[in-house]
Amino acid sequence: MNPEELTAWLRRFAELVHEHRDELTALDSAIGDADHGANLDRGMTAVLAALQEAPPADAAALLKKTGATLVSKVGGASGPLYGTLFLRMAGAVDGGFAPALRAGFDGVLARGKAEPGDKTMVDALGPACDVLDAGGSVAEAAQAAADGRDATVPLVARKGRASYLGERSAGHADPGATSTALLLRAAAETLR
Amino acid sequence: MKKLINDPADVVADALRGMALAHPELRVDHENRVVFRGDGPRQGKVGLVSGGGSGHEPMHGGFVGRGMLDAACAGEVFTSPVPDQVVAATQGVDGGAGVLHIVKNYTGDVMNFEMAAELVAAESGTEVVTVVVDDDVAVTDSLYTAGRRGVGTTVLLEKIVGAAAEEGRPLAEVADLARRVDDAGRSMGTALTSCTVPAAGKPTFDLPEDQMEIGIGIHGEPGRRRVPLAPAREVAEMLVEPILSDLSFTGGEGVICFVNGLGATPLLELYVVYAEVAALLDKAGVAIARSLVGPYMTSLDMAGATVTLLRADDDLLRLWDAPVVTPGLRWGA
Repeated sequence: MNPEELTAWLRRFAELVHEHRDELTALDSAIGDADHGANLDRGMTAVLAALQEAPPADAAALLKKTGATLVSKVGGASGPLYGTLFLRMAGAVDGGFAPALRAGFDGVLARGKAEPGDKTMVDALGPACDVLDAGGSVAEAAQAAADGRDATVPLVARKGRASYLGERSAGHADPGATSTALLLRAAAETLR
Repeated sequence: MKKLINDPADVVADALRGMALAHPELRVDHENRVVFRGDGPRQGKVGLVSGGGSGHEPMHGGFVGRGMLDAACAGEVFTSPVPDQVVAATQGVDGGAGVLHIVKNYTGDVMNFEMAAELVAAESGTEVVTVVVDDDVAVTDSLYTAGRRGVGTTVLLEKIVGAAAEEGRPLAEVADLARRVDDAGRSMGTALTSCTVPAAGKPTFDLPEDQMEIGIGIHGEPGRRRVPLAPAREVAEMLVEPILSDLSFTGGEGVICFVNGLGATPLLELYVVYAEVAALLDKAGVAIARSLVGPYMTSLDMAGATVTLLRADDDLLRLWDAPVVTPGLRWGA
């Protein structure tokens, strides 16, 4: 992968986060603490600024800078989780998008200690990785992430602040799974 | 939204600027958003670092000073600080005796402090021990949740453990004491109104005029249930009963009883609640050894209160009574 296509991906993700900022925040008001949209928007704005200021020479450096910026700027749960995703992708990007995303996913699992079905970003990211590993296209992976997001609606949360709601967390899509579906949608629109 | 702010994006930075000017005895690192004791780091003293999202003032920055915290990291409103802040705080308070991280049990706080501790371990020889506070009985502690939230016990813990560190107790002992305080404290809260996060611009949740939320979290996370508004006597019962049924508070040296305001509830009402809580404890045979009443752990402009009971012993009471000089708590000095 080259830095140009990754930058296009991140740029599109930042746009989608900005467009959906209020929706992410509304989901997070329903079952969390109402900061996911604002935090991710702030983080991706900082990422684009950092990449613009000193464009990294290769894909690994670019992903590393993206992860480090998110860890430094976002806070909350999404900072460490999205930050770890990109930092781990950096180490595996030589093999292409699919192994990189799988490595990132493993990092998210280790950092957040969530399992599939806990109503977290794992429920969107896991299915997308499975599709890519099976040779599917990025568009198919994005669809799997969107389906995974939709599948979080009836779930009762077992991780994060939403878990405190018990049964009351059911009926809303998970904000983290929703932003992860945007990440994959951005990939489908920019990567091939 | 009606707030005394400039730009919602600048709330934390602007407040830290005011805090630095109002309390010249503190040193504020504006770049990293860390409040330090002005006379630190103290050689040979265990450094106490806490922090969390902003919006809970005076917790945590207002608890920095002699006999309490050495540094507090201020995150964005209701958002945990980032690892870089915690690393800066940890390095800034290291007096050679190690550093204790006091972390409220929220997923984001735990992960960011964990990443910071990993970075400190990789970069320096500073020994860091982390204690996670989880005292909210509104939340079920089970495999199916992120565990109990850290609330009111945090304030009492920071005071008590701060006094122990000031005495020169070693890191392992200070950390053990912190765990002991966490084990002995339980809290429960109620909200009458939502709070409004400045960046969101509107209330986090809708709570009808005639209803209140029992078991509210300090970020506006919904609680156990919604019930019709009731007299303070009945509300106190709804808060005290789950605490007493979770842990035995009878015998020993009694309890430290902490009635906390969430931001918009006046002290007048907090004393009304305190009177009802005291009556309930008397009926239950629980002796009150010390009390604390006031807005010490707020949730922006939320109306409501939390009750915390901490089972005390002679050692804890002596440490509670020890001098403390911070913007938020100040006595004996």
